[in-house]
Amino acid sequence: MRLIVLCLLMAGQLALAQSPIEPRQFNSELQETRYRELIKELRCTVCQNEPLESSNAMLAADLRQVVYEMIMDGRSDFEVRQHMRDRYGDFVLYDPPFAGHTMILWLGPLVLLLIGIVAGAVLVKKRRRMLAERRARS
Amino acid sequence: MIRTMLPLLLFVGLLGLLMAGLKNADQKSLIDSPLIGKPVPEFALPALHETGRTLTNGDFTGRPYVLNVWASWCPSCRVEHPLIKRMGREINAPLVGLNWKDEHAKAMTWLGQFGDAWDVHIFDEVGRFGIDLGVYGAPETFLVDHTGTIRHKHIGPVTEESYAGLVEQIRRLEAEAGS
Amino acid sequence: MIGEFGQLTLILALLLAILLSVLPLIGAWKNHARLMATAPSLTIGLFVFVTLAFATLAWGFLQSDFTIKYVASNSNLLLPWYYRISGVWGGHEGSLLLWMLMLAGWMAAVVALSGSLPNVFRARVLAVMGMVAVGFLSFTLLTSNPFDRILPGMPDGNDLNPLLQDPGMIFHPPLLYMGYVGFAVAFAFAIAGLLGGRVERQWVRWAKPWTLAAWSFLTGGIALGSWWAYYELGWGGWWFWDPVENASFMPWLVGAALIHSQAVTEKRGAFPAWTVLLSIAAFSLSLLGTFLVRSGVLTSVHAFASDPQRGLFILGFLGVVVGGSLLLYALRAPRIATGEGFDVVSRESALLFNNIFLVVAAAMVLIGTLYPLIVDFMGWGQVSVGPPYFGSMFLLLMTPIVLLMPVGPMARWQHDEVGRALRPLLMAMAASVVLALVITALLGTWSLRAVTGWVGGLWLMAGTLAFFVRQWRQSRGRLTRGQWGMTLAHFGVGVFVIGVAMVESSTFERDLRFEPGAVVEAAGYEFQLNEVAIVKGPNWWADEARLTVSKNGRELLTMTPQKRHYYRSGQTMSQIALHPGFTRDLYVAMGEPVGNDGAWAMRIHVKPFIRWIWGGAVFMLIGGMVAASDQRYWARQRAEADQADTAGAAGAAA
Repeated sequence: MRLIVLCLLMAGQLALAQSPIEPRQFNSELQETRYRELIKELRCTVCQNEPLESSNAMLAADLRQVVYEMIMDGRSDFEVRQHMRDRYGDFVLYDPPFAGHTMILWLGPLVLLLIGIVAGAVLVKKRRRMLAERRARS
Repeated sequence: MIRTMLPLLLFVGLLGLLMAGLKNADQKSLIDSPLIGKPVPEFALPALHETGRTLTNGDFTGRPYVLNVWASWCPSCRVEHPLIKRMGREINAPLVGLNWKDEHAKAMTWLGQFGDAWDVHIFDEVGRFGIDLGVYGAPETFLVDHTGTIRHKHIGPVTEESYAGLVEQIRRLEAEAGS
Repeated sequence: MIGEFGQLTLILALLLAILLSVLPLIGAWKNHARLMATAPSLTIGLFVFVTLAFATLAWGFLQSDFTIKYVASNSNLLLPWYYRISGVWGGHEGSLLLWMLMLAGWMAAVVALSGSLPNVFRARVLAVMGMVAVGFLSFTLLTSNPFDRILPGMPDGNDLNPLLQDPGMIFHPPLLYMGYVGFAVAFAFAIAGLLGGRVERQWVRWAKPWTLAAWSFLTGGIALGSWWAYYELGWGGWWFWDPVENASFMPWLVGAALIHSQAVTEKRGAFPAWTVLLSIAAFSLSLLGTFLVRSGVLTSVHAFASDPQRGLFILGFLGVVVGGSLLLYALRAPRIATGEGFDVVSRESALLFNNIFLVVAAAMVLIGTLYPLIVDFMGWGQVSVGPPYFGSMFLLLMTPIVLLMPVGPMARWQHDEVGRALRPLLMAMAASVVLALVITALLGTWSLRAVTGWVGGLWLMAGTLAFFVRQWRQSRGRLTRGQWGMTLAHFGVGVFVIGVAMVESSTFERDLRFEPGAVVEAAGYEFQLNEVAIVKGPNWWADEARLTVSKNGRELLTMTPQKRHYYRSGQTMSQIALHPGFTRDLYVAMGEPVGNDGAWAMRIHVKPFIRWIWGGAVFMLIGGMVAASDQRYWARQRAEADQADTAGAAGAAA
């Protein structure tokens, strides 16, 4: 499938990732903040690892428009994320869901941290005993 | 001994993972579709050839069909077109074109130039139906069964290698509908 | 001619590297002085030929020799000479040659500066580095030859990617590679140590300055890349946790842990096994980074053109180098001495936990970066892992480190009392909290993130100063360079923390429609657009917007963002107008023209304290370099080596 010549580079899009500037009208600052946060969290499906916020792709512009419309329509952040997930899958979320298949991801480092702390404590205890023994001997 | 072997064992695991990753490297830009097994999203869009006529889901249920996303600005669509033509001749199911994010005039010119292998075209100028389908590039081909449920999504142009498999799936869907 | 000559020098370099990998090792094994003595000369020879190869490629660029495919892909007749030079490392093949040049450079430096190392040890160190050189040179010659020809030559080249035509991009890869490759020295020392089975404290002492220097370079390279992304890419971001960025951050974290582990092993003999493992890990992560960037395994904006075939080669190389080292470790580790005991409250204890947290953080970055691969491999579907994950996890793991950092220097080696170690810090903690509240109130940035960021950063700064003051008093103004370096670096982390917290919590950013003559208010400043004019550059022309920025009615400065259009490639690039400041950056970018009345879509950012992010990194860099230059290492090294040599001579004579 090396010939995956998807028409990703739609008319006018350049390979350079320079952020598109789109003035938008919001009813409140909260809405604007939510919009900014959401387009940072959602992945551009036709880019090499970029969020919607910074992508020049036409599809990204369309998806930003969808996010904007949904926010102005009164939908919640959860609904916006779910809308995108329903269509593009988990791939489109930069914040991976906390589910069975992401257990290792979310819990792994915490488990490692715990193991590390316990191992560290055990080591310190051993060394403390070593020190005490040496003191006792001398 | 285990403790000193642990880093090596972990590394070997990592190596295995990376090797597997390498094998699939060229596949990684393909996004799995969450719509497999789900019904085709609701739509009401004009037909390309008769823009006064509105097409909806209802127009297509009852028999399986192939939904092929294409556009005049898409070079790969030209590449796959001969195979689409061949598919149109070899299967019974209708070939429905979804003209995605295109200009009407340009689309008509394209069809005039390269031929029209499809039975009917849905004109999605704005592209929202495409987004509802999870389309992220052209061409893409969906196989829909007689109940209007999406059963398969093929990303990228239909190729010689993938052609046989697709046709076989279509035939299976047709058989399902028959029974 | 240039192409052929360059290729020849590379082949000769490879031959020398092969000899270097083999002869000195045999010499060390058989205690054959002549064979061991070949190491320095072979290394210098390797250095000469690699430098020649690099110079040849650079010459090809300067002469615009478009019969060389690589030059044709990355240069252009209109390209200014300084970008022709940086074009040498603008693509995959050339960047490998840069890697090789750095490696050869570090190897030559080892030859020059370690004449006092015992011959056996030095022979092994150089041989191990020679093996790495063999890997890279053969990879270059077999899969990524920068001297490949296309005949007949092209009349003109493609341009160097305009994104790379920038001063930041000139220095970013060299600095980064100096760091990555520098860890090869610590790696080679560790392997040589394992091979020889010697007492670790000595070679750790020798390895320390090299590791500090490498880590400092890496700090600089990463900071430069972050700074460059900020002012060049137009979305005001400075870090995206992109796989390539992570590939540089993991060795940095492990390198920091390594430096601290070396400190403990050198002073107290404790954790020798950890020092060896971390030495192997730091360099392995550098190699892993090289793999990730070039193999196409992970999707990244930064990646060089991906080629799974090349990826396979690097993976094999990685397997041999890392697998071999870890195998050697597994076999030889039991021989390594354990070190002395220490108490719960002690510097060893603090550093141990500090390292645990750093390593877990690095592991977290690795897990997050590779997770999409894991999910795909296990057939669990697809997942993307981005800033929301990394940001929150990193914050979680960094918090204990930030809390612990001032404690380490204050605690005595082996045994200390809680009161003695921590009492001076209580004042520092109290001061930090109070100051943080005052500052955030004054700035008007009253959010949890901002306040905790200030508390953390001030705590680090105050805690480090508390150590510095106490040490100054105790030693009557005579601190060692190691202590100076540590103070600067730890202080820098505090500065960095404040920068990050402020930028992430209190940035102002808005896209708006700007007509000439209009005024926009942003975070206390007034931006007025005066006009948009046309200007010309060496290989571009641009629309330039001219803005005046005022505060409280008083005019402060003008800003002139541009929209550049490059002739050869036809590409358009936005040139940001940036006004840096100690407490904030003003940032304006142009979008597209809107409507017919001369209005433009523009973006305005006000980014508080963002300079502190890179400022903190500069402190860390300087601190690392100062510590590396500590004369105690070099003097002691010489003394010990003299001892070892006399012992060795006695042994050989017997």
